[in-house]
Amino acid sequence: MIKFDSKIPEGKLKDKWNNYKAHQGLVNPSNKRKLDIIVVGTGLAGGAAAASFGELGFNVKNFCISDSPRRAHSIAAQGGINAAKNYPGDGDSIYRLFYDTIKGGDYRSREGNVYRLAEVSNDIIDQCVAQGVPFARDYSGYLDNRSFGGAQVSRTFYARGQTGQQLLLGAYGALSKEIEKGTVTSYNRMEMLDLVLIDGKARGIITRDLKTGKVERHSAHAVVIATGGYGNVFFLSTNAMTSNGGAIIRSWRRGALMANPAFVQIHPTCIPVHGDFQSKLTLMSESLRNDGRIWVPKNIEDAVAIKEGKKKPTDLSEEERDYYLERRYPAFGNLVPRDVASRAAKERCDAGFGIGTGLAVYLDFKSAIARLGEDVIRARYGNLFQMYEKIVDENPYHTPMMIYPAIHYSMGGTWVDYELQSTIPGLFVGGEANFSDHGANRLGASALMQGLSDGYFVLPYTVQNYLAEEIRVPRFSTDLPEFEQAEKDVQARIDQLMNIKGSKSPDYFHKKLGKIMWENVGMARTADGLAHAKTEIAKIREEFYKNLLVVGTAESFNPELEKALRVADFIDMGELMAFDAAHRDESCGGHFREEFQTPEGEALRNDKDYMYVGTWEYKGEGVEPELHKEDLQYEEIEVKTRNYK
Amino acid sequence: MDLKLKIWRQENAQAKGEFKTYNVAGVSSDSSFLEMLDVLNESIVDKVETPVCFDHDCREGICGMCSLYINGRPHGPDDAITTCQLHMRKFKDGDTITIEPWRASPFPVIKDLVVDRTALDSIIQSGGYTSAKTGGVPDANATLIDKYSSDLAMDAASCIGCGACVAACKNASAMLFVAAKVSQFALLPQGQVEKTKRVQDMVARMDELGFGNCTNTYACEMECPKEISVTNIARMNREFLSSKVCSEQ
Repeated sequence: MIKFDSKIPEGKLKDKWNNYKAHQGLVNPSNKRKLDIIVVGTGLAGGAAAASFGELGFNVKNFCISDSPRRAHSIAAQGGINAAKNYPGDGDSIYRLFYDTIKGGDYRSREGNVYRLAEVSNDIIDQCVAQGVPFARDYSGYLDNRSFGGAQVSRTFYARGQTGQQLLLGAYGALSKEIEKGTVTSYNRMEMLDLVLIDGKARGIITRDLKTGKVERHSAHAVVIATGGYGNVFFLSTNAMTSNGGAIIRSWRRGALMANPAFVQIHPTCIPVHGDFQSKLTLMSESLRNDGRIWVPKNIEDAVAIKEGKKKPTDLSEEERDYYLERRYPAFGNLVPRDVASRAAKERCDAGFGIGTGLAVYLDFKSAIARLGEDVIRARYGNLFQMYEKIVDENPYHTPMMIYPAIHYSMGGTWVDYELQSTIPGLFVGGEANFSDHGANRLGASALMQGLSDGYFVLPYTVQNYLAEEIRVPRFSTDLPEFEQAEKDVQARIDQLMNIKGSKSPDYFHKKLGKIMWENVGMARTADGLAHAKTEIAKIREEFYKNLLVVGTAESFNPELEKALRVADFIDMGELMAFDAAHRDESCGGHFREEFQTPEGEALRNDKDYMYVGTWEYKGEGVEPELHKEDLQYEEIEVKTRNYK
Repeated sequence: MDLKLKIWRQENAQAKGEFKTYNVAGVSSDSSFLEMLDVLNESIVDKVETPVCFDHDCREGICGMCSLYINGRPHGPDDAITTCQLHMRKFKDGDTITIEPWRASPFPVIKDLVVDRTALDSIIQSGGYTSAKTGGVPDANATLIDKYSSDLAMDAASCIGCGACVAACKNASAMLFVAAKVSQFALLPQGQVEKTKRVQDMVARMDELGFGNCTNTYACEMECPKEISVTNIARMNREFLSSKVCSEQ
């Protein structure tokens, strides 16, 4: 039985983080340079952490899967980053941001972690401005804010539709500064394939150089993983092509528990699927819901006529449109949280009111353009409209956008304690890769906040606390038998995949897996569907290991082999998600079990039996994982039914 | 659509490359250029041959990973977009399309259409940041920044570091890339403290890495997927000159 302790510090909620910092262990400057930290990932969490460790004086090795740290998928976040600054004076506070985040996560996240997140949110904005991030400003020269889904205050800071990019470039700048100084060594086009443990502690990683295929060993006193989420299990998602949960899945196989894997977020405003050759889905920022109104035709005949091309959306009068979010949720309207908006779109499309291929709804800017003028809308969303037009070949200033939900973010991830340390000592996990702050559903503009919170303001403290006990430990040689064995294991897995020499490409299996996942472990789940998914995934695994074809050689730049290794991980992860979704007999946040809903079709939580973090221990390939529970205690806030009406 | 593709194949930086011709059939005009290449690669894999390697990641036009020199233009025939956002409706059935990697000596070929752009990282490392450390910074609203300067800084900051400007330039100059970063900080109060050192160090690094000079053809601006203006180059030249003339550093 694995023991795990969330290590929430004593004291009142608002004092916990200060108490922690006041009593944590520190490392003196001359010892810091003798300690090595591996950081895998260069996005907001990884990049910010690596830069901050470097500034503190630790010796950092930073691994990047792309050609440059600036490519990390944090870059794709468009809409903004939350902070409790209350600059607009509209009633925001640290407590309210904390409360909204807990409520938005459907009461499945930890109070202590979320409070800390809200607490450091303000520091993040200060930090980014100091780095020269060009956040939007108004004519007074002060910073501008906007509102976002799931909040009634305007607490979101933004840089046009490129907030993620600008924040990442800030972290990338800080990282570049440290690389130039020599405190951080940057390894590009490298993928982590395994974690190395010595006496039960994380002491290194095995990587594959994607340019040459060389398998290499790297040692350190602590390992930080910040490699993002596993949304690509679904094949079609808004994630980048190389985004993969590999590093956390491989750590799971080495003993780090995986928490709430079934909690994935389905984002309501994505460009709908157009065909079989589609490789990914494109997100349209949630910020569009500030000014766009979502609707489908009120009469099914009109929906059919539009689908057949006999009518255009602009032909329909106001009375012929069903603004279903405004109708169902008058208090929040088009700004309901993502899980609610996604399910409402699915409900309308399933009932036959969808447009386009039948799996799409309208996002209409007509009223906003009439109210504010086209110029204001262009200034706010110009680049998003341009992107939409390039992809769909329609002008959203004149005709409503078509949108449909798509897999976007994974709330689940490696189980971590308050220090962001996993069940393997010395293995820390930050950003989307961990499970910590978003419960069963993440609110808009909170991912950037969490990534930077972990990277700049949490890991530099907690990793240092861990390393304070390691100052007498000399650097590790990569010739140790543990490294040799781990490298052998990786090499064996590569050889295994290369030598199957079947007839189907990695993409064939990935698409097949994605389809099963989307249909059964996607927006609406049932006990039968999940049982079916488990059977089908087992079949895919069997076929994969019999009939996979990886062309080319292992000792070269070989994207097919990269994909094959990732698909092998996705199969295990998909199965784990099905186990988690099947065991949770309730609906909460992004996890919607059709058996558990109110008569109005809202999610029906079961706090009595399921108010816990479901964490899973790896028991071997194709073997049922073992469930462990971390009970959630709410001391500060009263647990309620989420209501956006 | 049915297309004929002439694609540059090269095993590695040392090997000699050559064009190979491929036919690809049944491409949807709604698919993106990279999805068309996915279809081609599936068909190559089916014949147990090595697929064409190309860089790509976010496929939504923001990460800067995709490249490709298509029919003589970086990112292809459409304006203000990256290759991943280029859609096949911009081509006609039966077209022949020529696809090459970025060609510039500071960008050696890794394989086929994949090039090494770490030279751009090296330029940023030489000074493309403010040296603010984590923590201990003032409140975000402590310094007011006029909206006009802030917007201009944002225009410059929108560079995605794809390298199309270098690929488009007959001199393989990285002036637009460097100027965008220099301008972002030159326009903001946060960038003033280090502005002299920044522009000198970044220009020196750019020269050191073998990028060429600017001869004002403006091809970079034409091909930039984020429409970064060449006025940034003028601003950088002014910053550079004043750093040499007015500064003691």
